[in-house]
Amino acid sequence: MYPVAMTVNRKDIAAEVEGRTLLVEFLRETLNLKGAHVGCDTSQCGACTVHVNGQAMKACAMLAVEADGAEVTTIEGMADDAGALHPIQAAFREHHGLQCGFCTPGMIMSAAALLEENPKPTEAEVRDHLEGNICRCTGYHNIVKAILAASGQKLPPVAAE
Amino acid sequence: MYSFEFSRPSTIDEAVAALAEEDAQALGGGQTLIPTLKQRLASPSVLVSVTGIPEMQGVCRDGDALHIGGATPHAVVAREAAAHFPGLAALAGQIGDHAVRNRGTIGGSLANNDPSACYPAAALGTGATIRTNARTIPADDFFDGMFGTALEEGEIITSVEIPIAEKAAYAKFHQPASRFALVGAFVAKFTGGVRVAITGASEEGVFRWSAAEEALSADFSVAALDGLTVDPEGMIADIHGEPDYRAHLVAVMTRRATAAAT
Ligand code: FES
Ligand code: FES
Repeated sequence: MYPVAMTVNRKDIAAEVEGRTLLVEFLRETLNLKGAHVGCDTSQCGACTVHVNGQAMKACAMLAVEADGAEVTTIEGMADDAGALHPIQAAFREHHGLQCGFCTPGMIMSAAALLEENPKPTEAEVRDHLEGNICRCTGYHNIVKAILAASGQKLPPVAAE
Repeated sequence: MYSFEFSRPSTIDEAVAALAEEDAQALGGGQTLIPTLKQRLASPSVLVSVTGIPEMQGVCRDGDALHIGGATPHAVVAREAAAHFPGLAALAGQIGDHAVRNRGTIGGSLANNDPSACYPAAALGTGATIRTNARTIPADDFFDGMFGTALEEGEIITSVEIPIAEKAAYAKFHQPASRFALVGAFVAKFTGGVRVAITGASEEGVFRWSAAEEALSADFSVAALDGLTVDPEGMIADIHGEPDYRAHLVAVMTRRATAAAT
């Protein structure tokens, strides 16, 4: 077992993990944060996306020990302390950016990383950025629309249809 | 996953010492290795993470070459190489998806030598030099068939020296499920001639397309490639494409890369 210490959603955490414990397992099973989902075995779906030191990463393709010392944000850390939704979360609700919701935590964490780096992306940039986030329900259309809306831009005709 | 020990050294020497253990395995960003471990396709005794070694991080320019630390993530190369070598930065910016690029490393990609990976095309297509803890290996001697390299047990890629081309571009036919290249062509023009490296196509892994190199060295234009084809014999056959399809894509992607570079 290895000691790990990290900040998860603004809280300091210390625990012991096995070398093989994935970050996503640690978040879900040890910390009981069930927001990051496991949608695949092959690290291709993006449902487990979280931020590690401000960067989007797949929590299923990273060991918990590798996050030792890091600052981790999951979907549970996106709303503010008073419980008000993050603007991207609010936009997903407003624009029906989710159906079953399985992919949504990953979509929102990916989108947040995009808007951090590129606050006014084009529709094509949003679609390109979501390459690693798979949704089997929405057809992506409303997800793209929600992200563009969250960026404060007027919705272009295609996305606004 | 099978159980393993974990070590995260902060110097190359410590990493080399940790890798001397039987069945030790170096871990870069883990974007291939961790999924492999999850499938129980490997059972290392100890994983030695090289991402905490400062001397293996970062991109710096030295004259006509870029030195890239072996544990530098793709996203960093995409960002920091852009001003010096846009063709290379664009290749790094197309690997996998954004989360993979934040974690996957150049050394990990080259050491794995996946036959459809992007970086082997850049290394071979520029005639890069691969530096390890023990020696330097020219890219022409480094790749050794699908998933094979000249690396010895316990040897790690500490940095990669990439000569900056006068003109270069990478054209990738995306395989959208895996986000690897179905076929990718890296074309680079240097004072001494043109190099063309192809990934995703051959059962032998990345290779130089010498006929295209000769044609483009004589005349760096798309027209110089007219009529050039590669033999489908030895090309990869899988559910995504038959050998003749891949052979066709080799020519198409080489033309596109050339068009983008000129
Ligand atoms: S669970 Fe599918 S990418 Fe992580
Ligand atoms: S809303 Fe169901 S998978 Fe995206």
